Amino acid sequence: MFNFVVRRVIYTLILLILVSISVFYIFDWIPVDAARLICSKQCTPALVEANRIRLGLDVPVLEQWWRFMQGLFLGRDYGQGAAAFHCPAPAFGYTFTRHQCVTELIAKTFPVTLSLALGAFFLWMVVGVSLGILAAKNRGKFLDKASTVFVLVGTSLPTFLTGVLIIIFVVLKFNLIDPLQIGNWANPFTDPVGWLKAFFFPSLTLAIAYAATYTRFTRSNVLETASEDYIRTARAKGLSEKVILRKHVLRAALAPLVTMAGLDFSGLLGGAIITEKIFGLDGLGSLSVKAVFQTYDLPIIVATTIIASAFVVFMNLIVDIAYAYIDPRVRIK
Amino acid sequence: MSKFLEVENLNVSFPTEDGLVQATNEVSYSVGLGETLAIVGESGSGKSVSNLAVMGLHNAGSTNISGHAWLDLPSGRVDLISAKPEELRALRGKEMAMIFQDPMSALHPFFTVGKQIAEAWHLHNTGSKRAGLARAVEMLDLVGIPDASKRVNDFPHQFSGGMRQRVMIAMSLINNPSLLIADEPTTALDVTVQSQILQLIKDLQKEFNMAVIMITHDLGVVAEVADRVCVMYAGKIVETGGIDDIFYQSVHPYTRGLLASLPRLEQSSLGHRLLAIPGTPPSLINLPNGCSFAPRCAFAEHVGSGLCTSTTPKLELKREDQWARCHLGASDVSRISQLQIGATING
Ligand SMILES: Nc1ncnc2c1ncn2[C@@H]1O[C@H](COP(=O)(O)OP(=O)(O)OP(=O)(O)O)[C@@H](O)[C@H]1O
Ligand code: SF4
Ligand SMILES: [Mg+2]
Repeated sequence: MFNFVVRRVIYTLILLILVSISVFYIFDWIPVDAARLICSKQCTPALVEANRIRLGLDVPVLEQWWRFMQGLFLGRDYGQGAAAFHCPAPAFGYTFTRHQCVTELIAKTFPVTLSLALGAFFLWMVVGVSLGILAAKNRGKFLDKASTVFVLVGTSLPTFLTGVLIIIFVVLKFNLIDPLQIGNWANPFTDPVGWLKAFFFPSLTLAIAYAATYTRFTRSNVLETASEDYIRTARAKGLSEKVILRKHVLRAALAPLVTMAGLDFSGLLGGAIITEKIFGLDGLGSLSVKAVFQTYDLPIIVATTIIASAFVVFMNLIVDIAYAYIDPRVRIK
Repeated sequence: MSKFLEVENLNVSFPTEDGLVQATNEVSYSVGLGETLAIVGESGSGKSVSNLAVMGLHNAGSTNISGHAWLDLPSGRVDLISAKPEELRALRGKEMAMIFQDPMSALHPFFTVGKQIAEAWHLHNTGSKRAGLARAVEMLDLVGIPDASKRVNDFPHQFSGGMRQRVMIAMSLINNPSLLIADEPTTALDVTVQSQILQLIKDLQKEFNMAVIMITHDLGVVAEVADRVCVMYAGKIVETGGIDDIFYQSVHPYTRGLLASLPRLEQSSLGHRLLAIPGTPPSLINLPNGCSFAPRCAFAEHVGSGLCTSTTPKLELKREDQWARCHLGASDVSRISQLQIGATING
């Protein structure tokens, strides 16, 4: 097991390096010139060149990447001479359009995204897994059929529609919550109620589609596992149905969910663009969308892209280790 | 005197979209302590279905079961078919145990074998975790797993097929059950391993004086372990008797067909071809009147007036302690088969 973990960690580090390098190559390769796009109306070739140098795009791609990595660990100076700015480590870049260290922007938006993702994750896991188990236990009965309807609706409704419907019903029709409180950042530790008000409905919106998928997945996994030979063995031993379900069926049926849940969750940490947009949340998703469409603020775009992909790579590591812990067959190889 | 297990007129059927599948039909058999009953028959003849019913392992919602299965316990006779699920559960793993065909899939892949074996012990005994694990090691040792105290912490996938079947046996016998049902325990194993497992079951049977039901479609296995034999065809018992009667004086044409399909050294040296029974078993939905074996039976033409296709034969006593479900008598069958063998040799 120890060897397995060490190998996985090394592999992850290599993957992180390769992924981050690729991000720099991709933005170098796409035919959009950041230096020109952020240039003001009276743009001259000299200004474009100056922008290029300020953005650090004048050096080869690999060197751009190397500087970025140095910044992450040591902090970094941006710009030159009197117009130089220092960002302490971990420096993700500097935006000249907003005149801020990107790290500050991320520090402000990430808690929003994290809250949204955690809330959604919690909701969809609880709802999806328990509904899936209940549906499997009551196969063919009313509850199973009701869950099928939920799965159908949940998976076919696009998020923006769910979000709009929730706003219409919750806010406009039933007046359950002051719309101004939705998405209004509140510290969950000092103001848990405010935090709930801010994030419950956005999380719910995001959770519905996932919950539907997880319901279907859990149901079919439980049913499939329940028909395995080793469950018949458990029954032949004289175990009660309750223990068989709790211990023998769920253990095997839910194991694949660990992988799925980890990856889905990490995907959301990069920002949930549509949901953030609907509820006006200032998360990582909104940050990157604004950076792309309003100003083409390359340092922000690069930083959020790298962060989002790093989350996915990291979560892969965690999921692999967790899965090896759960399924001994993986561990040995 | 009653035997330890007496199955009486057991009917098991499954309602399906195509109709009612009558998987076993008026099946009766019995087995005493220290005795081995072999149940043989082609795939789909109802061997597993009837014994799963005895164990109470059918899905109650989608299975119709009628008949009786009496277990002769010291505390009195219990009918397993009409017993409450909780009552049955208390007997499973304690008084009766079952092992299955595929040891690869019969063990839970996520738990160590020790945990799985000990779990069976804890269900019917009180004791610490350590005591349970110690019992597991003892059992693994008993079934011939080398280095049992180490292997107890291994997972099923770290064992070979034969070793896994040993683990299954250890698990099923940990509470000293009086009845062991072995459902094709060697079918999935290598030939050399097969006989080791059979020998192990035989040894343990002697040691614990168990009643054993050995389900198989391999007459070689029957010859090796059985005291009595039940031959099943299309959900019915077609012949039953002592091992020697079945092997040397079988009455039912189906049993004779099975025996003829056995490769034998003496026969092949005589230039006999292997006789597989031509044709396939009938569908178990809406079985027609008459003998289910009639379409494949080489003897049917010798029975007068289409009796075989019009009237369902009953299980009748043909010779001492030997029953068969056939319109022919014991003497008819030997006479006709002499004729047929003569025809084969001359033709
Ligand atoms: N749950 C079920 N629903 C419908 N039909 C079933 C069910 N279980 C078994 N059957 C049918 O009952 C018949 C008898 O099956 P059974 O498993 O007892 O055969 P078997 O004699 O054990 O054969 P094998 O040698 O293949 O194990 C088969 O035709 C099978 O298709
Ligand atoms: S009853 Fe007729 S068809 Fe059936 S086994 Fe006997 S001879 Fe053959
Ligand atoms: Mg079977």
